[in-house]
Amino acid sequence: MAEPLLKVENLHKSFGSLEVLKGIDLELAKGEKIALIGPSGCGKSTCLRCVNFLEIPNQGHIYLDGELFGQKKVGDQYSQMSEKELARQRATIGMVFQGFYLWPHLNVRDNVAIAQIKVNGMAKSEANDLAMDMLKKVHMDHKSEEFPERLSGGQQQRVAIARALAQRPKLLLFDEPTSALDPELVGEVLNTIHELADEGRAMMLVTHEIAFAREVADRVVFMDGGGIAEQGPAKDIIDNPQNPRLQSFLGQMLERN
Amino acid sequence: MIEFLSVYGENWSTWQPPMVSAIWVTLALTFCAYILALAIGLLVALGRMSNSAMLRAICKGYVEFTRGVPTLVILFLIYFGLPGFGIVFDAFWAGVIGLGIGMGGYIAEVFRSGLQAIHFGQREAALAVGMTPFQSFRYIMLPLAIRIVLPPMLNMLILILKDSSLCALITAPELMLFAKDLASTTFLPMHLYLLVGVVYLALSLPMSLVARRVEARMQAGMSR
Repeated sequence: MAEPLLKVENLHKSFGSLEVLKGIDLELAKGEKIALIGPSGCGKSTCLRCVNFLEIPNQGHIYLDGELFGQKKVGDQYSQMSEKELARQRATIGMVFQGFYLWPHLNVRDNVAIAQIKVNGMAKSEANDLAMDMLKKVHMDHKSEEFPERLSGGQQQRVAIARALAQRPKLLLFDEPTSALDPELVGEVLNTIHELADEGRAMMLVTHEIAFAREVADRVVFMDGGGIAEQGPAKDIIDNPQNPRLQSFLGQMLERN
Repeated sequence: MIEFLSVYGENWSTWQPPMVSAIWVTLALTFCAYILALAIGLLVALGRMSNSAMLRAICKGYVEFTRGVPTLVILFLIYFGLPGFGIVFDAFWAGVIGLGIGMGGYIAEVFRSGLQAIHFGQREAALAVGMTPFQSFRYIMLPLAIRIVLPPMLNMLILILKDSSLCALITAPELMLFAKDLASTTFLPMHLYLLVGVVYLALSLPMSLVARRVEARMQAGMSR
């Protein structure tokens, strides 16, 4: 097998005395899409946030494209990277949050363009062109001059996706991208993510949309109690779960929908 | 009434020139102190949110100091106290520094509340696109905080304008000292203090009008 795009190695994370992640090992191939599912508090969001070091793991390592992420290794010693180096690595991973977090003082186009101008030193006109291309991808180019407050939640989330795409990321992280949306707005965001998935982009998706995970993801990872309880091809896992915890979780999710 | 007002007519030619120069001193005092207070306030607000416990304690102590100690005491400490240690400021700069220090604590609290009103997700989103913590502050957090704190900050400007009258007591040649000096020689205190009262009002009214405008615009922007 070719070298994985992302390798998560023995990841541990605690908040105070609460151990949220108890040793996660995970690999993601280039172009692969995996969905993390599991009950609330199982650590799936924390795991995702550790991948780009928004949470600093207590133990373990992340490798992106074969390169150690967020840490430096000197001899056998691992140490934390400087903020500058970390920022440069983070720029290669796109992230979409549950709460969108568009910046309200910037219009839609500037929300997408600003990082390319300020972080990558791209010329303003070039960054604006790039932003418009990305907005076209998420079908939001007609709102480029609007401010985020004037958009619906679904539209804001699509702009947030365009912002992540403008980074031309190696990997996209989605942290429950539809959980904060009104039910009638979920579809448009899922459609957008679906289109990106069809382009063969590598993505890691934390979601409660089981049907969507089954349809879009290559692989589903079921997390429970801070560890991976079961994983495998999406359709197998969801249609034919083996782990009793996964069976009851899927049962509950079906009931709810 | 006519008799009362006619006094202004009789004395206008002698009062007007020193009053105008006193107004300029008052405005200069106000704006210099405001800029100093903004700079102190921003740094102290950041200090209060820093990771260093010592820096946090120092900044908190400063805020408590300015809250509890009257501005006049600070002015006297600087103008009358510091020369004993060989540090001498003229009345104007002692006034700027005293007002700046006195108001800096309040401005720090305004900045802090503005920065804390911003959802932490805004900052995380900035870090996630590859901004350094400094860039996320410079391009995201600070512009957002300024939008939030602009109306109260304009009110602070008015407070400094009014507090600048305290500098009369350290002999800064500003508006209040103009009235005080003249009142003691002309024996027309009612006329003179009324006059400067009207001037202070005339100076602060446009500021509060701007503040109210900005506030209305901000609220319209927030609820859109």
